[in-house]
Amino acid sequence: MTIVPRIGVVIFPGSLDDRDALRAVRAMGGEGVPLWHAERDLAGVDAVILPGGFSYGDYLRTGAIARFAPIMDQVRAFADRGGPVVGICNGFQILCEAGLLPGALIRNRQLRFVCRWVDVRVETTLSPLTAGLVPGEVLRVPVKHGEGQFVVSREELERIDGEGLVVFRYCAPDGSLDEAANPNGSADAIAGVRNGAGNVVGLMPHPEHAVDPDVGATGGQPMFESLLSSALARV
Amino acid sequence: MRFRCLVDVYLKEGLLDPQGKAIEGALPAMGWSNVSDVRVGKNVTMEVEAPDRDTALTQVHEMAQRLLSNPVIEVFSVRSIEANEGVRFRDLR
Repeated sequence: MTIVPRIGVVIFPGSLDDRDALRAVRAMGGEGVPLWHAERDLAGVDAVILPGGFSYGDYLRTGAIARFAPIMDQVRAFADRGGPVVGICNGFQILCEAGLLPGALIRNRQLRFVCRWVDVRVETTLSPLTAGLVPGEVLRVPVKHGEGQFVVSREELERIDGEGLVVFRYCAPDGSLDEAANPNGSADAIAGVRNGAGNVVGLMPHPEHAVDPDVGATGGQPMFESLLSSALARV
Repeated sequence: MRFRCLVDVYLKEGLLDPQGKAIEGALPAMGWSNVSDVRVGKNVTMEVEAPDRDTALTQVHEMAQRLLSNPVIEVFSVRSIEANEGVRFRDLR
């Protein structure tokens, strides 16, 4: 009998990409489990995704209200136990607001909403999205956000970099760092970070929109494969 | 007692404020070329029911710390707390 990892996708009021995330989980061989924000139970899932969108209309700050949703206590407890937690776009903003990830996301430097394909370079394999990958590997995935500029203080940036917490950087197709490839002015071209333990990861690009070859690049496939195997390791 | 509270929230010094920059870029086109260091912040105003001013201040401080601002990127200040026994803000609209 094959064991299929169960991946929960939290739906907040204003989430948009929950269906694509569930679909991507299924396409890659997992079972997608929708989780309602008002619940206080994670239904025994093996990993949790906080999807993209505009939870609570981005009021006050992106992710600021969603972090207080009832289910977030469970997500925090699950993360504290070492469970894999992935925040995509708005999910990344929520994890930063919740203090589960370092840094914050503010308005894009050029003040425009950005919607395009980007290349990201894998910086560490110590995360649920990169466990099976190779540092330096380049993956093509889309971004679509108005507030994706990753910022932290100078000292915190040095700490994040020094402790290997940067998971993805925006890069040129050949993997070199190029400010023209940085779609939002993020500090040090950071596209995604992880927590110290390596089980919580957030990123602005959308791997869930990049698993089907019929609609473009498939840079999301290896990330979901990695997530499924990270989740399986806990079954 | 009811207190009218005003809280200001700004991006930290040293963090580029993209909205401030955009405004700074637009002002010279209108003839004001003597403007620099524009920062855009938020102002939150609320009524707080508390036994005294100190209690209200402590509570608003905690609200500002935990929700109204994000300490990673923002600083806040409680601009004023005034006893408001008269007209409610919403009645003025």
